[in-house]
Amino acid sequence: MAAKAKGRWLVLAVPYLWLLVLFLVPFLIVFKISLSQDAIAQPPYEPVFDLAAGWDAITDAFSQLNFDNYAYVLSWDNEFIEAYGSSLWIAGISTLLLLAVGYPIAYGMARAPKSIRPTLLMLVILPFWTSFLIRVYAWIGILSPEGLLNQLLIALGIISPDAPLQILATDTAVYIGIVYSYLPFMILPLYSALEKMDETLLEAAADLGCPPFAAFWKITWPLSLPGVFAGCLLCFIPAVGEFVIPDLLGGSDTMMIGKVLWTEFSVNRSWTVSSAVAVLLLLVLVVPIVFYQNVQAKEMEGR
Amino acid sequence: MSTGVTEKTQTTIGGIRRKFAPWTDPAAVPLIRYENVSKRFGEFTAVDNLSLDIYEREFFALLGPSGCGKTTLMRMLAGFEDPTEGRITLAGQDIVGMPPYKRQTNMMFQSYALFPHMSVWDNIAFGLKQDRMGKGDITARVEEMLKLVKLEKFAKRKPHQLSGGQRQRVALARSLAKRPKVLLLDEPLGALDKKLREETQFELMDIQMQLGMTFLIVTHDQEEAMTVADRIAVMDHGKLIQVAPPAVIYEQPNSRYVADFVGDVNIIEAKVETVAPGNVSLYTGIGGGAKLSIAQNVEAKPGDTAFVAIRPEKVRIDVDPPAWQEANCLRGEVWDIGYLGDLSIYHVELEGGVRIKAAKPNLTRMVERPITWEDKVWVSWLPDSGVVLTR
Repeated sequence: MAAKAKGRWLVLAVPYLWLLVLFLVPFLIVFKISLSQDAIAQPPYEPVFDLAAGWDAITDAFSQLNFDNYAYVLSWDNEFIEAYGSSLWIAGISTLLLLAVGYPIAYGMARAPKSIRPTLLMLVILPFWTSFLIRVYAWIGILSPEGLLNQLLIALGIISPDAPLQILATDTAVYIGIVYSYLPFMILPLYSALEKMDETLLEAAADLGCPPFAAFWKITWPLSLPGVFAGCLLCFIPAVGEFVIPDLLGGSDTMMIGKVLWTEFSVNRSWTVSSAVAVLLLLVLVVPIVFYQNVQAKEMEGR
Repeated sequence: MSTGVTEKTQTTIGGIRRKFAPWTDPAAVPLIRYENVSKRFGEFTAVDNLSLDIYEREFFALLGPSGCGKTTLMRMLAGFEDPTEGRITLAGQDIVGMPPYKRQTNMMFQSYALFPHMSVWDNIAFGLKQDRMGKGDITARVEEMLKLVKLEKFAKRKPHQLSGGQRQRVALARSLAKRPKVLLLDEPLGALDKKLREETQFELMDIQMQLGMTFLIVTHDQEEAMTVADRIAVMDHGKLIQVAPPAVIYEQPNSRYVADFVGDVNIIEAKVETVAPGNVSLYTGIGGGAKLSIAQNVEAKPGDTAFVAIRPEKVRIDVDPPAWQEANCLRGEVWDIGYLGDLSIYHVELEGGVRIKAAKPNLTRMVERPITWEDKVWVSWLPDSGVVLTR
């Protein structure tokens, strides 16, 4: 009995240990930095905990911690709040676009003959074989004024050579980049939700007088909602903090919090303010995560 | 073992007294007509040039092994499949090509196909809402249906909060709610345990009588078909082998296939000796040419090979030779005994190696039976107990 309980405890301890080491400890370090002050030093903030200096030094260090950086980030005078808002907005629009693009693809895959479904899944994951960065760079080649898209449209006579479409360095390019990059994360959960669905339910709906389009909204859509929520969160959360895509494809006026954080960290060399930005970003994102967990818990009840 | 005579049909063999038998009335107009219907899936022929009439208020069973085309036949009526050839009419209207949501048929699915995200109430109301029925009417109808299937207390539950039997009732209520011209039941009781299944069979019959609707049931369970149906169609390889009331299917099968598929049967190969009106004499290779005599009109000539089918419950088993007849008496040895409680099934090995099953009701509470393993016994039956089959 005791050995069995011990074994169980061990099995449970492993994931918790991982969470502790890989998530909680780094978070606490970032949180501590966010409460510190900038300093011209190595590392560039103070106080620094020195365990060798003894108990008094540590309590003294603790007394130096404060929330000044948060007040700075949350002040209307600085552009952080705007950047948060704009990030949420861009991520939200992108998520809706992803859903609109991803749902029909996932639906088509789930209704495809069973024999070709693994191939289709493979194709969805295929872009991951190439580095993310290279794929985003490739979009520059497509979207730039002299890029492939404009060349094609000019060749087809749709636009004049003098007025190429100005897509690169706009929010549109950021939307295209996010939708392209995150599409697999939207398709996969949707596919798994749709594939699980019993097709006789649609036959039953038709049998009871429901035409196909109405049956989609009354049966397929509500039953795919867990996949919709999972896909949306998988895309929305990283998209809010996205840095590479707005940096490479967006214009100088594209404000996203990831870019701001990067500027604070590497240009202004303010570890403390960038840590505060990161912690606040986490708080902002906890809201949808908690919401999702509620939905999931309800879903589990429904099983 | 069901005797196959249901209360409702009151069919006497040869058929004089029948309460309900529109198929014997040449003037009756069938509700459903399959006319030379074929359905092919690629190379595979699921339904093969089949014609069938089903009448209003009939409880009709399609019986056959899996893959015999019975489900396809039903799905063509629901509109989930269209025939490759032929015509299907429902109440005089050609329904080939009509989408399922426009047909006045409703189906109870084998898997029940209840909408998991809707309550029992919403499941039952689903079809009514499609018809844009008034709110009050929907409420009244749903409540009526809940009462019919005795689930009034479960209206707010979701399907996953119900037992298998309760789900089955919801599925039934949902498919009945729209008062379809025909209710299609696809193996409706397959997922229930034996006791519940038997109860539900009688409930189904009650409901069918109460609502006066036409039911078409697909099943591979011959007892179920015998219990509920007015007529049974036995199918094999996309063709109808025999369409008749249960008692006729059981007592007068038209082929070895039907005799063997429905119930337990002994089949003895024999040669026709003489054919007379109402009687046929045959001889077998058993025990040096034992004679068989069957009271039946058969289209055969002396020397033809024929098969005598005899149900185990119609075979007598005795220790002493029965004095009362010459034919249909065979000598053998008890090879095995199956004790079923109500019956004992004696497997008797006849001279020549043929085995015959005889069922004997256990009328007394004796544990020791007078006939036991390796006893020499006589098996015998009356001339009108067996049936001669030529195919």
